[in-house]
Formats: sequence, structure tokens, C-alpha cells
Amino acid sequence: MDRVSRREFLTAGAAVGGGLLVSFRLPGLARLAAGVERHAAFSPNAFIRIDRDGGVTLVMHKVEMGQGTYTSMSMLLAEELEVGLSQVRLEHAPPSDRLYAEPSFGVQETGGSTSVRGNWEPLRRAGASARSVLIAAAAQTWQVDPTACHAVRGEVVHGPTGRRLRYGALVDKAATLPVPDHVPLKDPKAFTLIGTPAKRLDAPGKVDGTALFGIDVKVPGMKVATLAICPVFGGRLARVDESKAKAIPGVRQVVRLDDAVAVVGDHMWAAKQGLAALAIQWDPGPNAQLSTATIVEQLAAASRNSGHVARDDGDPAQAMAGAAQKLEAVYEVPFLAHATLEPLNCTVHVCPDGCDVWVGTQVPTFAQTAAAKVTGLPRERVQVHNHLLGGGFGRRLEVDFIRLAVAIAKQVASPVKVVWTREEDIQHDMYRPYYYDRIAAGLDARGMPVAWIHRVVGSSILARVTSELFPKTWAVMRAAGLHQLVAMAKGLDVDAVEGAAEPPYALPNIRVEYVRQEPPGIPTAFWRGVGPTHNVFVVESFIDELAAAAKQDPVAYRRALLARAPRALAVLDLAAQQAGWGQPLSGGRGRGIALLHAFGSYIAQVAQVSVSNAGAVRVERVVCAVDCGTIVNPDTVRAQMEGGIIFGVTAALFGEITIKDGRVEQHNFHDYRMLRINEAPKIDVHLVKSTEAPGGVGEPGTSAVMPAVANAVFAATGKRIRKLPLKPDQLRSA
Amino acid sequence: MVTLRINGAPHTVDAPPDMPLLWVLRDLLGMTGTKFGCGVALCGACTVTLDGSPRRACVTSVSAAAGRAITTIEGVGATRVGKNVQQAWLDLEVVQCGYCQSGQIMAAAALLARIPTPTDSDIDQAMAGNICRCGTYQRIREAIKHAAQTPASGTSGG
Repeated sequence: MDRVSRREFLTAGAAVGGGLLVSFRLPGLARLAAGVERHAAFSPNAFIRIDRDGGVTLVMHKVEMGQGTYTSMSMLLAEELEVGLSQVRLEHAPPSDRLYAEPSFGVQETGGSTSVRGNWEPLRRAGASARSVLIAAAAQTWQVDPTACHAVRGEVVHGPTGRRLRYGALVDKAATLPVPDHVPLKDPKAFTLIGTPAKRLDAPGKVDGTALFGIDVKVPGMKVATLAICPVFGGRLARVDESKAKAIPGVRQVVRLDDAVAVVGDHMWAAKQGLAALAIQWDPGPNAQLSTATIVEQLAAASRNSGHVARDDGDPAQAMAGAAQKLEAVYEVPFLAHATLEPLNCTVHVCPDGCDVWVGTQVPTFAQTAAAKVTGLPRERVQVHNHLLGGGFGRRLEVDFIRLAVAIAKQVASPVKVVWTREEDIQHDMYRPYYYDRIAAGLDARGMPVAWIHRVVGSSILARVTSELFPKTWAVMRAAGLHQLVAMAKGLDVDAVEGAAEPPYALPNIRVEYVRQEPPGIPTAFWRGVGPTHNVFVVESFIDELAAAAKQDPVAYRRALLARAPRALAVLDLAAQQAGWGQPLSGGRGRGIALLHAFGSYIAQVAQVSVSNAGAVRVERVVCAVDCGTIVNPDTVRAQMEGGIIFGVTAALFGEITIKDGRVEQHNFHDYRMLRINEAPKIDVHLVKSTEAPGGVGEPGTSAVMPAVANAVFAATGKRIRKLPLKPDQLRSA
Repeated sequence: MVTLRINGAPHTVDAPPDMPLLWVLRDLLGMTGTKFGCGVALCGACTVTLDGSPRRACVTSVSAAAGRAITTIEGVGATRVGKNVQQAWLDLEVVQCGYCQSGQIMAAAALLARIPTPTDSDIDQAMAGNICRCGTYQRIREAIKHAAQTPASGTSGG
């Protein structure tokens, strides 16, 4: 970044209607890491508006789905702009990849734990530049040297005389001034906001019921619809008798699609009753016999094939041949639903010359493109009005529900809010893939690993989203980077092996492969923690197996492999120490540890479990040590760890979507269980102070806890968990 | 036509007697603070109180709610306990996505109205019906205890 000319990064000028508009460009993570930036024409992708009343508005491409990004982004800006956090307002950016692309992806997207990592430096630079022109404007007004002036809480102060001018009074003059080439950023020691537990900006509306999620949209003349999609994946609507439904008061219309039917009513109750009254015949199509067992058989067969190489260091085959001890295992993780508490919904009004979409989405431009395709309208005729997300977790990176809503709305004269029932939401999610991993290691005479061979087998989400959702633009390809493009062209899914290809341990001879095997008909998608959520379970469970085979303590064994990974070692030690590792536990209890390096962060977790004679597992306590580099908001980091851990424990204990006769067998929260407050572990989060670049925190808490729990179960029972979720009948005492 | 008393004010709606209160609130009255999560009383997102007792609005018919004092998230802040709970939620930064929190706050306010200083076991019993997918349970527990310690003096009501 330092080599970038200021003018290519940022401009300032008059805002429409008065005030100062600062336009700037956020670079990508890959290019930030490389420290280079292309000298392209200036194309801003973020905007700060300072009004004459002194109000500061940040128009950001990031959406708030609980992760606290509204607050963190505002803190970065406010720190350098020298305004109070309460002075910053945020606006949802309208869809525009040109203006608002997340540079790490080349499109407008919130996901992958990228927000703070990607915006850490540019947002501070933008704030500092804006502050500098405001100070220059004040200095000109007073006819004084700008170096005698400083900014504090939205005002410029002239030190010698104590004169003050509010930003609002300076914006018009500031808009005419040039932005200086070099504006120094604050020394981190001088931060007054960054690193403090600032209050969430979105909290007040979420405790008094005024916060508006997508499902809360009200549009004049709006009807409400609910739908049934063919329960068998890939099936079609054959015929439907709507006579009984139409007799229900409030039911207005029945809409037929190729693979779904929707009932439109005056309210959700009418629509629900109408749907229940329909006599629907489905044509189940080619997947009518599909079951989880079939899918797993296919994965197992594919696991015998060699795959695309993600990592190949040393000579693993030869090292394995010469090993004193060999271990082999198969690990399996199930399909998972996202189960955001806000069920899928989307409100659409299709007119001959335009289309409005009201939705909570992680990908506003994909939503716009999807609606344009379904309606046949040009993209610029589609308005997307984004809202708060009642949970995302990857589900709202997809646009399937937006396509369906637009297809329904095309047949409805009025605006229509399409609300999925929980049952549809569970049965027509796009699922975290079932993964089937073969892993093997060779140990030397001292029990230390000399060979490591890991083959990941499963669906490629990246291949689908790349072909189906991402535009084929230079920006997207540049954001992906040459390494990823070459890998993908060769058939390697870099997400599917993330967390497997680069374990934090010293493994001298390592080979990691990926075999793509798609489950027929089952749509798959990113899920909280993405690649690492599956891979860290496998790697951290297997390292635990090696420690047991070497008859060594799991922490000591890992420590011995981390001599060249000081940050990983530090979190491992911190978690172990805080958890009382090694201290005795009463009967039926055990502790397990897991280590993660992903999303630019290092995390270690110790889970303590108790296992009853009936095999029921209770996670009693989780101690989490986090080194996520420089911390913007420590309370957000804690909250993301606490929440991520509950999300992961839920999956480890209960999470499983199964298929029978081509249909999902689960329906609602009685058979797709969520952890509840009476089952929740006590969680202690310990933060490591660091001046390293910020790492992501939204996803890693989830990824690390599953192996920690499985390893704790091993410590308690001696039974190794190689398949999730944990099943009480496998853990019952003999 | 049925008349409901919601947050102290009368509302007359044209709803069939078996229509769940949830959809009356959300779709007929536009009171969207009460959330739809599961439709079958499994998640607690739609929790309101009837005469002070927590009820799942998704399975409470409008006819069962008629004649009772209905309190929703939009009105709970007018009660001393409700206001304390909302403030505790802010003080301890409970919310993440926030979608379940209307129901959590309603359930917590009902608990504290019944048991001013609840034990962990009381909290487990009262709150186990409310799912938080973001996993804010630890803070919910702490916030309930924090609200319980809020001095009883201050704004009146209840």
C-alpha cells in the first residue's frame, strides 16, 4: 500500500446536496499481503460522506449478520477521522460490483472472515485523509499553520488560541482542497478507539424490536406467499389441485413453477393453510432412490482414486515405507444445514419496466443478477434493498431463494413476500458437503511423524459458485490471484483443502490431495468455517491419534511439532494453561485440545466433556485462546468465539442431514437439533495481545471446537471419534 | 372481528379465530418485532406474554389471546422489568444477528417478573425453549443475572 499514490487510492470533493464526499478504493487481501497495487485508473469502492451537520456516513459493502462488522468498520474510520463512534452512521450499499466489490473476491460479498482483514488499513487511511483536508480547511479559515491544528471528536482545534470549528462547518471548504499525498497513520499506541470494547451500533434496535430484517419488510399492497419445493431433489411438479386451497379465506392465488408450488395470500396464515390444502403430485425424477448410504458409497469408492495435489513436500511414500509405525484412518463429516433463525425469505415486486427486491443477502450483486436473469430485465432495472440478516453462516451467500421468489413474483400482480417455512428451509437448504477423508501417517521410533498423506473427497462448492455465480470479470480473476486460478484450472478446490494443506505442524514429508465427488442432486454450499471446519476436525483428531500412538500427552506432542510456529505454540500453551491441562478430572470426564491456523488467526481450544453411561456427551467447558493479530474490538472477538463455539458444539453433538428416497429426513428443530442454553458449555476466551495484521474471527471458533470435543471424548472414554456427529449409542459403556 | 389488547392499547382485527397471534401481529398489525422461527413452538423466537406468562405466538390462536393483556417486544420496555432486561442486554452486549433476541428478552422478562433473583436452574428452565443460532447463551445468562441485580427503584410500571 505504501507504494500507492494517494490520488489513485482516494479523492475528496463536494457531495451532492452539500458536504464532503471522500471516495476511496479498498484493495484485496492477496494484494495487501504482497504489498503491491496495480496502477489502474482510480475507481473508488467505498464512500464517506460528512454532512454540514457534522454527521458522518459510511457507505459500506459489508452486511451485518451478527458478526459485528458495522461496529468494527466504523471504529477503523472513526479512529483516524477523530470522530466519536456514535457520530458514524452506516448505509447499506446498493448492489454494484464496480463500486463495492470486496477486493478479496472481486464481487460485493460479506463472508470468509474478510471484513476487518481487508479493510484494516484502507479505512484508516481514508479517515486520516479526510481529517487532513478538514484540518487544512480550518487552517485556511483561520489563516494559521495547519501543523498548529489538530482534530478531536469531530472538531478542528487551533492549539495556540484554542479556537474550534466543527467538521460540519468545514466540509464545503474542505471539498475544494487537494488531498495531501502522505498522511501518516496514528501510532497504534495512540489509538483511543481501536482495541477498546466499543458498544455495537446495531444493538439498540435489536433489543426493542425496531431492527428490520428482510422478513420484516412492508410494502404497500404486498401479499404473502409460502411455498413447497419438490421434496425429492431434482424432481418436478406434476400436477396440483388447488380447489380446496382457493376456498380458504385470504388465499388469493396458486403459483406453479417447474419444481415448486406457492400459495399467495393476504397473510402468512392464509398462505400456509392454502399450501396444506393443496393436493400436489410430484414427479420425483432421477434421485428417487437416493440415500445417504449411496452417497457415502460413492465417496468411499472415489477415495480410492488419486486426486489433485494440493501439497507435496518431501517424499511421503518413501518416508511411509521406512516408518517404524503406520496409522491409517477414514474420517467422515455429514451434510449440515445452516438453519439461520430467520427463515429464508425474499420480497419482490416485478413490473414491466423494473423489479424491486427486498432481502437480507451477503451478495447484493448476485441477487441483482439473479433477478435480472429471471425477469429478463437489464441489471440496472433491478433494485436490491438490502436488510439486516437474521443469520447468514453462508446460506445467504446463495441466491436460489431469490430466484424462486422472483419467479413467483413474475406471476403475481402485486408485491409479494415469499416466506419459507422452517421445514422448507431445512429440507431445501444448500448443505455443507459430506466429506470423506483418507488419512495416513508414518511415525519414527520416537513416535514423531515422518510421513503424512491426506486425501480429501467431496463436493466442490468453489467450482459451482465460480461457474454459476461469479461474473467472469477481470476483477474477479485478479482477486482470486494466479495461484488459485491455476489450481482451479487443474481441478483443485483450494477451499476444500484449506486447513489440510498447511497444518501448523512441522511435517517433513506431506502430501495432500483432493478428489471431487458430487452427491447426485444435493446442492452444497459454504457453511460457517468453510474448508477448515471440515479439515481441522480431521487434522486435529488425527494428530491426537498420533500422540496416543506415540504414548505422549496431546499438548506435549503438538508442542514438539511447533518449534517454528511461535504464534501457534503460544495459543496452545495459553489454552492448556488456562484450562488446567493435566489436572485430574472426576470420572467420565476428559479434556481435548485442538489448534487452528486459518483466516489469518491462531486459535487453540480445550474442551472438557462428560460422557454418561448411556453415552450422552455434555460439553461442560471450553477454553479458547485467540491470537487474531491486532484486535479492533475485543468484545466482538470474544462474542465471535463464544458464538462460533456454540455453533461448532451444536454440529458436533447433533448436526446431521440425512437423505432417504431422495429427500431430506429432517424437518424442524425437533429432528435438526440446536444446542440450547441448558446444554451450553461455559466458555472462557483469552485474547493474545499482538501488533500483527488483523486476522478473521467469524469462522475459526466453529472450526476448532469440533476436534477439541472429539478429542475430549477420547480422553474420557478411550473411543476415537472419526465420524460426526457424536452418537450416544457408540459411546455407551459396555 | 376481534379486539386485542396489545401493550395496553386496543386493536381490532379481522382475523379467523384459529389464526395464530404471530401472524396477526406481524401481517395484520405490522408489529414485526415478534419473529417467526419455526412455526411449531420449538424455537421461542415468537415469544410474547399473555397476562405476564410467556407464550409462543406461533401456536397461540387469536381467540385464545382475546381478552388477555398481550405484551410484545415493542411494549415490554414500558414495564420496569422489561426495561431492565433490555438495558442488561445492551450492557452485556448480548446480541449478534439479533433475530432471536425479541423472544429471549420476552422470556427473560417473564422469568424475572415471576422470580426476581433466578438461579442457574431457573434460567435453564425458563430459557431452554429459546434457540439462539448465534450462540449468545452465556451472555443471556449473565444479562438475566445483571438485570436481576438492577435496583428495583426507578421507573414504575409492571
